[in-house]
Amino acid sequence: MIPTIPEAAKPAPEPTTPGVRATARIAATGRGGATTLTALDGDGPFELRRLRPRGNEARVIVVGAMSAPLGGDRLRIEATAEHGASLHITSATATLALKGATAAPATYDVALTAGEGTQLHWLPKPLISAVGSDLRQTLTADLARTARLVLREEQILGRAGEPPGRLATRLVVRRGGRTLLHQQADYGPGAVGWDGPAVLADHRAIGQLLIVDPSLEYARNPPRLLAEAPESGQALLAPLAGPAVLVTAVARDGLRLRRLLDTAEAAVRGPGG
Amino acid sequence: MTRAALLVLADGRFPAGGHAHSGGAEPAVRAGRVTDSTSLETFCRGRLHTAGLVAAGLAAAAAAGHDPLALDEAADARTPVPALRSTARKLGRQMMRAARASWPSAALDALAAARPRGAHQPVVLGLAARSAGLTPLDAAYAVAYENISGPATAVVRLLSLDPFDATAVLARLATDVDRVAAAATRAADRIPAEGYDALPAASAPLLDITAEAHAAWPVRLFAS
Repeated sequence: MIPTIPEAAKPAPEPTTPGVRATARIAATGRGGATTLTALDGDGPFELRRLRPRGNEARVIVVGAMSAPLGGDRLRIEATAEHGASLHITSATATLALKGATAAPATYDVALTAGEGTQLHWLPKPLISAVGSDLRQTLTADLARTARLVLREEQILGRAGEPPGRLATRLVVRRGGRTLLHQQADYGPGAVGWDGPAVLADHRAIGQLLIVDPSLEYARNPPRLLAEAPESGQALLAPLAGPAVLVTAVARDGLRLRRLLDTAEAAVRGPGG
Repeated sequence: MTRAALLVLADGRFPAGGHAHSGGAEPAVRAGRVTDSTSLETFCRGRLHTAGLVAAGLAAAAAAGHDPLALDEAADARTPVPALRSTARKLGRQMMRAARASWPSAALDALAAARPRGAHQPVVLGLAARSAGLTPLDAAYAVAYENISGPATAVVRLLSLDPFDATAVLARLATDVDRVAAAATRAADRIPAEGYDALPAASAPLLDITAEAHAAWPVRLFAS
């Protein structure tokens, strides 16, 4: 099957004023029990830095994405782990989507590929959708059957005391060529029903923590609810229809969201994990 | 074909078990998020454009003759919560019994044999529509409407809401149902070119979280 982008997340039409186009590439391969970075190519607003390895895990931090993406920008990060590599990627700062000089939406695409026996951690800082911004974000992960993925995404709708911009997201995770998880969201001015009682109500911070691990047993991870103080946030940790657990969290703000996700992560790892 | 089959399929009295489900309205009422016809309308609009759009896309695709087992897998990928997967399969099993009695077909028999514990309900409904000679758009309409009529009826019972007010909510959402059914059908049309990823996957975090919480309530009026 040819991977494609549905209507809602299709690339924006050609902007009249050109925005930034940048693709950063990270690649890691396993050699003799260690992980070697074979590509570390920053581009545009993305500067990539190597962090001190932890055991056999190569660690990369994305810096400098602070003021991007603006309207009209087309940003992309590709990260690949192969031959048993262990690759851990974080970002130094939150990504702030801002209104640009054009009315065209910005796009921000992340493409993760994890081969047999690899581990890939994608743990960026939150994405903040500022007033007037219009961002279409996609994250696609293609996993081999024996790959392990830990992914955390946080979306904050609006800076403090400010209404949100428009944010459309799409998350697709394939494992062994079959789609394990496909979720889209459309929040902010112009989206329908997003702030109603079925979708977000008055929550403005949304998070996902996804762990795909072939050794995960369904029975060991029954659904669990995790709550902040009433009305300020809640999360559900639940198994997918495959060897994976997903934490879905909503909260009033980014701080409460982070606490919920941290609690959920500890719950997944379990005692001593 | 006869268009009247759509009335049979979409009738709230069609014996497919939907009346026992609130579509997330019961936990929303308990949480104080649905309190009157205005909040019922915003609840239904949000549900329609998320879970309703996803279900309508699956139904339209099944009615168009796409592989029901692949669609069942696509439904799983779009339903990250065990309680909702379980509800969808239970409703699918009941829909299958009613559909095979109403519009028997080899395709329904094959899906029933392949998924004895039930396929996702919108997939079964779409296949039932196909067996009845209806179109993908018809199937999308039936699913989109059911997606809001269920919660609206449930809220009449949960809040003792005036049934006239609840029906007025459904009438005000008619244009939204049109849009969702059309978008779902367009998405299903793109499957040959783009694969099953073309189908909508709109998520509703609160519906997901509260569905699992609701399933654990010791006493509840509705099954979901």
